Amino acid sequence: MPDRLFRRLLLVSVLFVAACAAPEVTQTINDPYEEQNRAVHEFNKQVTRTVLKPLTAGAGSGDGKPGFVLKTVGNFAGNVDTPRMIVNDILQANPEDAAHNTVRFLINTTFGIAGLFDPATAWGLPERPSDFGETLHVWGAAEGAYVELPIKGPSTSRDTAGMFVDFFLNPLSTVVPAPERYAIPASNIVADMTSLVEYSDSISEVLDSSADSYAQARLLYLQNRRFQLGQSGPAEEEIDPFALDTEGF
Amino acid sequence: MSLISRRSFVSALAALPVLSMLPRPALALSPPAAESLVDKAVAEINQAIAAGGSEAAIIDRFVRIFARYADESYIAAYAMGPAARQASAAQRQAFSQAFRSYITAKYGRRFREFVGGTVTVSRSKAVKTWVEVYAQVNLPGEAPFAVTFYVSDRTGQPLFFNIAVEGVSMLLQEREEIGAMLDQNRGNIDAVIAQLRQAT
Repeated sequence: MPDRLFRRLLLVSVLFVAACAAPEVTQTINDPYEEQNRAVHEFNKQVTRTVLKPLTAGAGSGDGKPGFVLKTVGNFAGNVDTPRMIVNDILQANPEDAAHNTVRFLINTTFGIAGLFDPATAWGLPERPSDFGETLHVWGAAEGAYVELPIKGPSTSRDTAGMFVDFFLNPLSTVVPAPERYAIPASNIVADMTSLVEYSDSISEVLDSSADSYAQARLLYLQNRRFQLGQSGPAEEEIDPFALDTEGF
Repeated sequence: MSLISRRSFVSALAALPVLSMLPRPALALSPPAAESLVDKAVAEINQAIAAGGSEAAIIDRFVRIFARYADESYIAAYAMGPAARQASAAQRQAFSQAFRSYITAKYGRRFREFVGGTVTVSRSKAVKTWVEVYAQVNLPGEAPFAVTFYVSDRTGQPLFFNIAVEGVSMLLQEREEIGAMLDQNRGNIDAVIAQLRQAT
């Protein structure tokens, strides 16, 4: 019962966000909560240093590539998480990605031994990630404000709302029995965490060797997210090679 | 409006679609020319990542590829941003040099992650005054990712002046980074140059 109420509240809040935000092509950075965001960023940096790094040292295979255990855990979580992506593909009226991810799910669940391995990627069917933040974008919601979330890292108000909905969107929750069912929303987080560990070298590079790692992470996330959503590339009017005085450089 | 002028108006209207089909003034840089530059650079990149070797060796190869195919002075000038207006000729030169070693070391290190993969050029498109060449990086066991090379012949020969990986543009990231350094050093360009030298 409280679960159902929570779902309804979520739906209402998400629809509210979607309704009051007009679609627009954003090329700028909208960061009204910069002060709070920077505080969270410092916290995240601490977490990366004290938790992620030792974890990487144990889980990696030493050559910068993820170790076998990490890769397997990531594969399994990613496979459990795939039906949630398919639901989003359908909500976005994207039958091609829905079919792609469905075939992927079937291959990895069978040939990949319940998703422990990822033969689909090797056979040319890499994951096509999808989330409810993207669904909101397709439905016309604007990006909103930039937000840095604890542990999870860079996001936007639209993508944060989407993240909460994603917790309840996996249809496997309806077919899997009770105790295991509760682990399903976590698959999203686990898959996320394994890729954090997997890319921890690049992440540490940005966090530790930047003059302003907050600004670097913000720009990196926003550029990449807008690219994923098919919004236009880097502020093209700003990079005209003929419009700059390069005398002396 | 007299009949004649109306008629010429109408015929001008009729001619419009024809006009738009006439050959346009030649682009400064053609997409195939840009693509062949990127093809050459990519061939060398593929050689470098197939060869592997120590971090120092890979960075060294990257430095040479960068020197030959990248518009280094534009990238440095762009990264410095508006501060360039106050920079003396000597400062510009010193910055350019320090920035070059900083950026090749930084991206050379990342470049190591591509070892064992391949880069494939897929297509190109003329955009405004430059050409964008789209490529894909395939790493074994991972989803391929997109790399875009921005090529112009601003200097008289085709060179790339920006690279974007999955939408993340090197120019924008580096201008943000140098801007942050300038802020930390209260706009002191010499201090930023010293900091860049230290970082490499």
